[in-house]
Amino acid sequence: MTRTAILIACGLIAGPILGGLVSGMDRILTARMQSRIGPPLLQPFYDVAKLLFKESLVVNVWQVFCAYCYIAASSIALVLFFLQSDLLLILFVQAVGAVMLVVGALSSTSPYSHIGAHRELLQILSYEPLLVLVVVGFYLETGSFKLTSIYAWREPLLLKLPFLFIVLGYVLTIKLRKSPFDLSTCHHAHQELVKGLLTDYSGPFLALTEIAHWFEVILLLGICSLFWATNWFGMAILLVATYFLEVLVDNITSRMNWRWMLSYVWGVGLTLSLVNLIWLHQG
Amino acid sequence: MQAVKRFINRMRSKSPWLLHFDCGSCNGCDIEILACLTPVYDVERFGIINVGNPFHADVLLVSGTVNHRNKKVLTNLHAQMPSPKLVVAIGACGLSGGIFREAYNVVGGIHKVLPVDVYVPGCPPKPEAIIDGVVLGLQKLQRLHEQPSVEKEA
Repeated sequence: MTRTAILIACGLIAGPILGGLVSGMDRILTARMQSRIGPPLLQPFYDVAKLLFKESLVVNVWQVFCAYCYIAASSIALVLFFLQSDLLLILFVQAVGAVMLVVGALSSTSPYSHIGAHRELLQILSYEPLLVLVVVGFYLETGSFKLTSIYAWREPLLLKLPFLFIVLGYVLTIKLRKSPFDLSTCHHAHQELVKGLLTDYSGPFLALTEIAHWFEVILLLGICSLFWATNWFGMAILLVATYFLEVLVDNITSRMNWRWMLSYVWGVGLTLSLVNLIWLHQG
Repeated sequence: MQAVKRFINRMRSKSPWLLHFDCGSCNGCDIEILACLTPVYDVERFGIINVGNPFHADVLLVSGTVNHRNKKVLTNLHAQMPSPKLVVAIGACGLSGGIFREAYNVVGGIHKVLPVDVYVPGCPPKPEAIIDGVVLGLQKLQRLHEQPSVEKEA
C-alpha cells in the first residue's frame, strides 16, 4: 500500500521535474546547434511559473475543462507507467488526453486554433496505430502487456525489435512536436498558424498544457527505455542518443504538409513494423 | 506571502514573451526588432521569445505611427493580452508620429491610443536599445508590484 502511494507520488513529481529539465536541455541544445547560447536550463520552469500567475482570459469555458482533462489524463498515464501497469491501458489513457487537447482547441472560434486542431487530429491518426504496433511487438516477444514482465525480460528488446524502435522514433518526433512533423503547433518562432493548436489557450491554462506535455514526454521516454531494460547504463545511453537525434532532426529538417506526413509515416512505419512483427513471428 | 510575491515577480522578469505589432512603420524598426532574435543578440538567453499571439504575450512592442485605420487593431491586441502587460513604443514614429505626424490620417504616437510604459527613441533604434527598453519595462513592472497600494488598484 505504502509502496503504491510512493510510486504514485514519484510519478506525479518526476513527470514535471524531469520533463522540464529535458525541455530545458532541448532548448539549450537547439540554441547551440543554431550557434546561439540559449536560455538557462531552468527556463521552462520560469515560463510555466510566470504563466500560472497570469490573468486567466478564457474564450470558452470548455477549454478550461479540456486543459484540466488533458493534464489529468497525461499524469494518470505516467502514474500508471510508474505503477508498472498494462501498456495498452497506458496508451489509451494517454490518447484520451491528446484528444481532449484537440477538443479544447476546437471549442474556440479562432481559425488558427481550428486548423491547428485538425492537423493535430491527423497527427494522432498517424502515430496512434504505430504506437499500438510497437506494443504488439513487445507482446509477441515477451508474451505480456504488463510492464513488470517487459522490464524483467532477460535480454535487451532492441536486439529483437530494431525496426519497431525506429517506428517509435517517428512517434516520438510527432509527439514531441519536432520538425518535419510540427504541423499543429511548435516550440520555435511562430509559424503560419501563429501557435496553431495552442493559440487560444492562455495564461494558467497554457501552463497546464505545457506541464501535461512534459508528462507525455517522460512517458514516451519511458516507453523508449523498455528497449534496453537490462541495465541502467545501456538505458541511459539509449535515451540520451534518441533524444539527441530528435533535436538534430528537428534542426536539420523543415516542416512538411499533412499529406506527406500521413503517407510517409504510415508507409514507412507500417512497413517497418510489419517486417519486424513477421520476423518475430517466424523466429 | 511576501516571498511568494517576490518569487512571482522574479519569474515574470525572467520570461517576457514579446508580441510585435507594426503600425505602419517603414520596416526599419521592425528589422531591428527581429535582429534581436538572431544569433548575434540571441535574446532567448534572457527567456525572451517572440510569440505571434496576444494571448501568450507579456510585452507589446509597437513600431510606426498610429493611424485611424489601425488604432482599433492596436487596442484590440492590447485588450487580448492577459495582464500584467507592458507596452514599449519603438522608434521616432512610435514616440510622436515622426515625420508623418502632420499627415491627415495619422493619430500620432502610440501614447495617444495605449498607456505606454517605455519609449525607445531612434530612427531606427539599435537592437541593444530595444533590449534595454524591454529590460527597463520589466524593472518598472517589478517596482509597480512591490508597492502594495498600486497592486490593489490594479
